[in-house]
Formats: sequence, C-alpha cells, structure tokens
Amino acid sequence: MHLENLYLANFKNYKEANIDFSKYVNALVGNNGSGKTNLLDAIHFLSMTKSAFNSMDSQSILHNQPFYSIIGKFHQLEKEIAVSNSLTVGKRKKISVDKNPINKAADLIGRFPTVLIAPSDHELISAGGETRRRFIDSIISQFNKTYLIQLIDYNHALKQRNRLLKQFSESGKIDRDILEPYDSILLSLGNNICNMRASFCKKYLSKIVKHYAFLADEKETIGLLYHSSFLQDNYKDVYLTSLQKDIILQRTNIGIHKDDYIFEMDGYPLKKFGSQGQQKSFLIALKLAQFDIIQQEKGFKPILLMDDIFDKLDDHRIQKLTEMIEHHEFGQVFITDARPERTHHFLKKLNIEWKIIAVDNGNLTPQKAS
Amino acid sequence: MQYPSKLIEDAVTEISRLPGIGKKTALRLALHLLKEEESTTGSLSEALINLRQKTKYCKMCHVISDSEDCTCQSIRKDGSIICVVEDTPDVIAIQNTSQFYGYFHVLGGIISPIEGIGPNELHIDSLIDRVKNSDGEIKEVILALSTTMEGDTTCFYIAKKLKPFNVKITTIARGIPIGGELEYTDEITLGRSIVQRLRYDLEGD
Repeated sequence: MHLENLYLANFKNYKEANIDFSKYVNALVGNNGSGKTNLLDAIHFLSMTKSAFNSMDSQSILHNQPFYSIIGKFHQLEKEIAVSNSLTVGKRKKISVDKNPINKAADLIGRFPTVLIAPSDHELISAGGETRRRFIDSIISQFNKTYLIQLIDYNHALKQRNRLLKQFSESGKIDRDILEPYDSILLSLGNNICNMRASFCKKYLSKIVKHYAFLADEKETIGLLYHSSFLQDNYKDVYLTSLQKDIILQRTNIGIHKDDYIFEMDGYPLKKFGSQGQQKSFLIALKLAQFDIIQQEKGFKPILLMDDIFDKLDDHRIQKLTEMIEHHEFGQVFITDARPERTHHFLKKLNIEWKIIAVDNGNLTPQKAS
Repeated sequence: MQYPSKLIEDAVTEISRLPGIGKKTALRLALHLLKEEESTTGSLSEALINLRQKTKYCKMCHVISDSEDCTCQSIRKDGSIICVVEDTPDVIAIQNTSQFYGYFHVLGGIISPIEGIGPNELHIDSLIDRVKNSDGEIKEVILALSTTMEGDTTCFYIAKKLKPFNVKITTIARGIPIGGELEYTDEITLGRSIVQRLRYDLEGD
C-alpha cells in the first residue's frame, strides 16, 4: 500500500496544495515552520481519523477559513482508493472512503496504517502511564477490532460506575445491587483486555529486542514489563475489596485503566537509568517493532512517517536505518528535514527510488528525483 | 435570525424546543399556521393542552392511557406473564407483533448513572410489588429492554431484585434479523448468535 497523491485545502498552513509521491522514499525539505510536519500530520489524519499532535480538530483549519479538506489517493491491492477527511466549522468531521461515509473511527483505523516516528515520541518514556497505554492501545486496535470494541465498552462502564460511586458518596447510601452489573462488566472485559495486552507485549518485546540490537552497538538487555492489577490470580478480590476506598475517592482504583508498561534496560527503568542515546535507540526500536507487528498482522507494509529524524540520530543509527530502507524492509517512507543539502547527500547514496519535495510556507514543489 | 414580529419570534422559540426541529423548520411551521384557518391552530392548541393535562398513566403497568385503570386490566389477558419494557412505544411495538398476550410493565427509562437515572427514578419497585402481591399468579417476567450496556445493567438489577420470588425470568432473544443476510450482520450480534445457537428441530420430532 502507498499514498499516490495528496490534496490539501485550508489545512493548517496549506491554502491549497496537490502533490504526487514516490512509491518509495519521499523527502520533505524546508525551513522550520514551512509545513513539513503538517504534511505528515495530514497523512496521519487519513490513517487514524485525527491529528497525531493536536486533539482539537478545529485547530487544524487554516486561520479565518470555514473548513479544511484532506483527500488522499491510496494504492492498495492494485486499486486506487480515495480517502477524504474534512471539517466545516460548527459541523461534524466527515470521513469517507471512495465516497462511502465512515461514521465510526473503528471502521477506518487499521485500513491504511501508518507508523510515525517523531520528536514527541520521547513522551512515551518521560510522561505518565496514560501516554503509554494510549500508544499500546492504538497499535493493538489497528489489527484487533474486538480489542477496540471491548476497550470502548470497558471505558463506558467505568464512567457509569464512577458516577455511581460519586452518588453513593454524596448520599451516603450504597446500593450494591446496582453496582454489581458494572463490576461484572469491568471484571470480565478487564480480564480479556489484560490477557490481550499481556500476549501483545510478549510478541512486541521480541521485535523491540531485535531492532534495538540492530540499531545500537551496545548489547544491553531490553525489557518491556506489563503491570496490571488484573495479572494477579486474586484480581477479583483485590478489585472488590477496594470498594470502600473507591467510594471515598469517588472513582474506581483497581482495573486495567491503571495499567502501565515499564521500559527496562539491563533490569533498570530506562526512564531513570537510560542515556540519551539509549533512549533514542529504544524509541526507534519501539516504532520499528510497531511497524513489524502491523505488517505481520495486516499482511502489508504500513506507511512510515519520520519527522525530523536526522537531527535526533547520530550517523551510526542513520546508517542503520539507511540499510533497512535499501533492503526494502519498509514500503513507502516520508522523511522531513530542515537542511536540504544533508537530505540530498543522504538520498544520492540510496539505490532506491526517491523524490525530494520542497516545502515553503504551505507551497509544495517537486524537486529532484532519482 | 431576524424576525419581523415578536409574536413570530416567540412561536419559533417555543416550537424549536421540540426534538428534531430547528429554527428554520419552526419558522415554516409558524407561518403555515398563520396561513391556515384560525380554527386549525385552535384545535391544535387544545389537543396539546389536553394531552398535557389529561394524559394519565396506568397505576399498574404505567402505560400512557386515558384513565388510571387502563385496558390492561379489563381485556382478557394471560395474567401469568409480564413483559418489562422501557417506554410506551415499546408496548405498541410488542403489541403489534400479536405474539404476546400477557401484561406489560413500563419502567419509564433505563438505569444510567451518568444521566442521573437510578432505580428510584424508574418503576422498578412497583414491578417487584406486582410480582410479590400476585400470590404466585405471575409465573414469568420477560425483560424486553434495549440491547445496550444500560439495558443489560437494568436487566441484571431487576433479575437480582426478583430473585427471592418464585418467578421465571427471561430476556428477549438477540441475533440475526429475519430476512437478514449473514455477511452484513455485525460481528458482535453474529458472534452472540453463534454462542447462543438454537437446536434445530424437524417438525414432528
């Protein structure tokens, strides 16, 4: 699968743009603020229905304009498929595939998968558990719809239960009979989700280890620890005995919504003991492993979006990535860079088709191609 | 929107409070009434006021009715079975199937803490009382609620409350619609109908 053409109207800093891409390597070059990352984000919109960086859809509309529109022509299984994502101020976001409207995000996510490597990835190490849960959830959801549906149901039941706890706490009256159905939903869905997360982590870790070993010269042992109260044999008792605490705090304290994933290096938390270089290699390995898993589950290669990667990585790691590109381990690749000469130097060594696109203040101009 | 008259504006504001009606439709309706005979508006207002003031809910089954003792008590029915539904339209829908001859019990909603609807806001206690006071005449309670999480939660709660009484509790079957094609059925429904499959009996066996 690859993206053949992209049309943008009033999207972020693009007034109007229309551009064809190479099936292999596309380099977007231009100054800071020219719109390189916005272009990657437009592709992310087509893949995941929303921005990778900003949860407010309306803020993706060019200032003082009434709407944005993104139309991408994907090539998949010998067919051209047009995906459109548009928003008019004050209306609902419209998404369609070949003119057929898509009403639920779950019906689009996973059909045109992408993997994004961006400077903000560092939050996966530094930020709280919610960031890591959302990241892992988004990977599993791309190939396992049951997981996505069960997770949505779990969160809905959790919201209902938390509201009940609040009512109990305010009124001082506790009705266990009404709590019980929510407990049974949270326990059974939570157990399913926990099992799916645990088995995913096992598969995922083996791929992270492989990529880390390839990227870094050091031979540290990488670990991915899945923490969940539902992994204990007596998780039901732990959950149920927390009720008093739940009522006082007015929220559910035990459950898979509190899960976390700990990244480790030689048995110690990467967050505290990993060097800058080790953390960078780990994050790239994390993303390349995501690429592998989606490819394995989907049977085709996702689109790889690499934002500002040259600035973040040393020559050695860039060399390793180049090898992977040359060995056709990726399908279509998008790379952004603020320094055209560096990109050109990098591309001319590649024995694979490439294209340079100059990005200048929301204007796209195809430049050199191999 | 700018209106030429304060009277029209007031009417539009009131009409557009109704569900599914925006300002433009409200304006069109208001102008339509102005064009019609005055008596049309008179009978409409009268019907609306009567609707609000005279509508009664049956004391027993809580169905909307003209009197507090609705036909549920006079028409000959199977008194051993009660069908529990969310609201009056569900009663009409089930009556139209001509497959059910028992009594109804309208809850007036389903349990949803987020929307502030708990068991006390619904006619659940009166259902329990009906079963309790029937001296064993009520043999079965059918829970015919929406197949959403809120519907399931409500079923669970009612079943729990009815447990002490010797009454059979059933729920309506869920599965493939009649005349529906398998490949277009959503995965959850299809999955469930596989898990809860029925024995296929040849006639006469």
